[in-house]
Parts: sequence; structure tokens; C-alpha cells
Amino acid sequence: MIWNPEAECATREHRRRMQLANLKNLVQRVYDRVPFYRNKLDAAGIGPRDIHRLEDIEKLPFTTKDELRETYPYGLLAVSRAELEEVHMSSGTTGTPVVDAYTGRDLAAWGEGMARTLSMAGAGRGDVIQNAYGYGLFTGGLGVHYGAKAIGANIIPMSSGNTQKQILIMRDFHPALLACTPSYALFLAESAREEGVDIRALGIRAGCFGAEPWSENMRREIEEKLGLRAYDIYGLTEITGPGVSSECEAQNGLHINEDLFYPEIIDPATGRVLPEGEKGELVFTTLVKEGTPLLRYRTRDITLLFRDECSCGRTSVRMHRLFGRTDDMMIIRGVNVFPSQIEEVLIAVEGTDPHYQIILERGDSHLDEMEIMVEVQEKFFTDETRGLEVLRGKIEGEIKSKLGISARVKLVEPKTIERSVGKAKRVIDKRKI
Amino acid sequence: MRIKQISIFLENVSGRLAEVTRTLANAGINLRALTIADTADFGILRIVADQPELALKALADGGFTAKETEVLAVEVDDRPGGLAHAMEIFRRNRVNIEYLYVSLEKTREKAVVIFKVEDIALGMKIVEENNLRPAGGF
Repeated sequence: MIWNPEAECATREHRRRMQLANLKNLVQRVYDRVPFYRNKLDAAGIGPRDIHRLEDIEKLPFTTKDELRETYPYGLLAVSRAELEEVHMSSGTTGTPVVDAYTGRDLAAWGEGMARTLSMAGAGRGDVIQNAYGYGLFTGGLGVHYGAKAIGANIIPMSSGNTQKQILIMRDFHPALLACTPSYALFLAESAREEGVDIRALGIRAGCFGAEPWSENMRREIEEKLGLRAYDIYGLTEITGPGVSSECEAQNGLHINEDLFYPEIIDPATGRVLPEGEKGELVFTTLVKEGTPLLRYRTRDITLLFRDECSCGRTSVRMHRLFGRTDDMMIIRGVNVFPSQIEEVLIAVEGTDPHYQIILERGDSHLDEMEIMVEVQEKFFTDETRGLEVLRGKIEGEIKSKLGISARVKLVEPKTIERSVGKAKRVIDKRKI
Repeated sequence: MRIKQISIFLENVSGRLAEVTRTLANAGINLRALTIADTADFGILRIVADQPELALKALADGGFTAKETEVLAVEVDDRPGGLAHAMEIFRRNRVNIEYLYVSLEKTREKAVVIFKVEDIALGMKIVEENNLRPAGGF
């Protein structure tokens, strides 16, 4: 079912007219209310009156993740604080979090985006939705929640983890739709099997899976093991959370809610906008966001856009499943982690520059496993194993508390981690996704 | 007597122990005693060598992480109760033993036991005061 045919099936001309009107309004708003953007626009020699056509967006400066950190907590706010109704923050950062602040209308728009997503996956009024995305600062849980409320579904707000309970609820409440990370879906299937629950027989029709990279192979595996149709959904905290784009029943690319988020693909090296169909960095402008609107935010995700007709009837532009990242960010069980964050922990514990390597694997459990090989430094070495075990425990504990993820630390002999010329290879990703 | 023990960090990788012993052999080092403490991921090989300084240098040159520690070498009678007698003396005098192992050498009816104690000065004093026999030739 198409949740909002007027928006999702609009003609190209109509949509572009709306986008232009909203863009003009947006540039005016941020120029008037956000000193950060006023300075940036002044420096670029462009103002609200210079936006005449949609293509003029290319004259606007980009916004980067570093800038979002530098303006923490409220530097990008375009409304008074009294108008805010909710605040979310990016996951898994040691440093300054990235804030996304929502007004009531922003929350409604978020729910609208997610209502379209859930409708694409076939969910509707009265359907039981088991939401196993984490509730909290992470946008996954509440994003699905608001979308489910908008379509009048019956939400079971499980949040993430607590696998036995998830299986119990699934068995007893027969959800029509499951929402979680794709790797957790496989983990659930595996755990259910061990508990003697046939998850395929429960009648779950669809799953909305996102927040981490996955593949067509994984889709087939999920569909086979859970007996449902698996839909790819995409979003990011900086822009709004989930509900930015998602697959329809045709499952040929993810429809972008481009009436809300204006997408561009740029060459990450030059910043030049690339023609449709070419692969590059995805950039979003939040056309209607009130709380923390963003001009041309560089997502660092690599994809391509295409507009050929979709059998579902929606006219919105589609993005290809993500090809990768322009930076070294890892997504581990839905948590964004940079190698530099691991390095910071090692420096804090060891007091010197560490030699390390991160190995990512998806084992039998289907969940991401992170192993960090750390070379033992002379000064930590003693004649007893205890000292080294303590060191290892300390590193593991610090990573857990600072990054919110579990890692296995393996101590290795000095100079065993390969030193490459130039940039060290810090991450070996063996996950078959 | 107080002697020098060398500890070597070893990853649990097949062939690593062979590499250590080859490195020592090539340097003409003879081993008097050795033991391994291990965990799932790594081990610590502890050795008593006839030429500790040379052994340390050979290991460092070979890229191993090695460290020197002082331990006690004590002769005990090679008969039932031999070790128990020494242990009783240490216990009575509150010499905390962190670990111990036995030498490869066997001289006459004696076995040489290597003790890593918390306080080596105290340990040595107790050995001397109680007629425990410091092992010579180490």
C-alpha cells in the first residue's frame, strides 16, 4: 500500500516546484536563525535571494560531520529551545555526539517517512509490529515507533537484545512485521531454532532491516530462515533517523522521501555534483526540518541515484543499496565506530602509540564480532600471565564503556602486525555481507 | 642461590616455541630449566640459561619480547617429602611463592627447584638460615 500517494507519486514537475519552494524557505530560515550558516553562506558569497532554481542548491556550501560536532549541543538550532520536543544523538562516539533536535512538526515528518517505509513493507492498521531496534538516543527504536503509530499498527516496543523474550513474544503474539538490524534477524532465527521454535511457521510477513550494511545474499538467508520478505531501509541520525529511504515491494533500490530530503551525489574528492546514475557520495538537504536543518550534509555513504519507472507506482528517486563509505567508519552491530576511537582507548590504557589491527567477522551467530590484535609492549611484559590478562581486561572494559560495544582483545608479539608503507591497514573486514 | 630467569612472550602460534629454542641453540645457549605458563591466546616461556646475558641479547636480536627476573634455585632431596620439607620452611617464614618449576638437571640424589618468590631477599635469607641448599652451577 502507498501511504501518501500525493507525495510519493507526484509528478516530477510538481515535486520540483515543492522542493524549490521549501529550499528557498530553508535557506532563508537558516540564514536568519543559525549564525553558523549565516557565516558560512556569507563566506561563500551566497544568500537566500540567490536561490532561483533547484540547481542553485549546488552553490550552497556543504555541511560535514565535524561541523556538527563543533556546534554541539545547540549550535545548529533554528528554533527556540522551547519549541523542541525531542533530542536524539548519534551512536557510538567517544568524542562529542552529533545532535538531532526535533520540533513537534519534525516528529510528525519523521513518523510520516517511517509510515511510508512500513507501508512499503505491507504493514497497516492493526498489524502487530515487533520493534527490536534499540529505544533511546539511537534513532532506530523511536523512528519505527512513530511510523507504526502513524499507520495505526499495534507496536510491541521490545527494543534491542533480550533474545529469549523476543522469541517468546514472537511465538505468542505473531507479529506481522519485525524491525531490527539484519544480523540480529539471523541471530533471532538461530536462537529460535535452538529453543525449538519454528520461526517460519509464525506467519511473520515482512521485516524492515537497516542500520548496518548487508547484501543480497544476506537477504536470501534471512528470507529463508525467517520465512518473511526482507526490506532494506536507510536513514541516519544527522538527517532524521530511519525513514530517509526504503525499498518497496519491487525491491529495486530504495525510494528516497525526496519531498523531505533532497539528495545529491557528489564526487567526494572535488565536491562536484555527478550526473544521475553515477556512483559517489550521498548528500542530503533537509527541506522541511525545523529543529536542526542541514544544508547539503555529506553522509560519506557511497551510492548512486536512478529514476526509471518503478512498478510500484511511486515516482520518487531511488538509491542503490549502499556500496560503502568514503571514510573508515565501521558499523558493528548497528553501532558506528571509527578505528581512531579504538586507538584513543589503547593510547589511554597503554600510554603510548599502540600497534593494533581490528578484525571484523560474522561467525556462526551471524552477529558482528570484533577482535582487536594489540602488540604487547616491552613495558607491560612480565614473567607472569596475570599482568597481561589484567591489561587485556582493562582494554576490553574501556572499549565496552566508551564505545558501547564488546570487543575481544588478543595480545600478540611485537612487530607481528604487518606494517605497510604509508597508511597502516587498521581494519580487516572478513564479514561476508 | 639467586639466579636470573628469562621470560619470553609467546603467541599461541604453531612453531613459535621451536623458533625460540632454535634462536637460543644458534647462540650456543644451554638451558638448565624451563616452564611455560599459558592462557588461551598466549604463553610465557620461562627459562634458566647458562649464559643469561647472551641469551637475552640473542632473543632481543631475534625479535622476541623477553625480560629478566630474579628467582631462587634450591636443591631438594629427590625422595618423598623432599619438596614438602622446603615448602614447609617457606610457609613458616611467610615467603610467598608465586610459582615454581623443576630444573632439567638432576645431580646426585637431588632435584633443583626454581622458586619465584614475592620477596627474593627474604627468600634467600630463609634458604640460608634453614640449611636449604642453594643449587650451585646455575
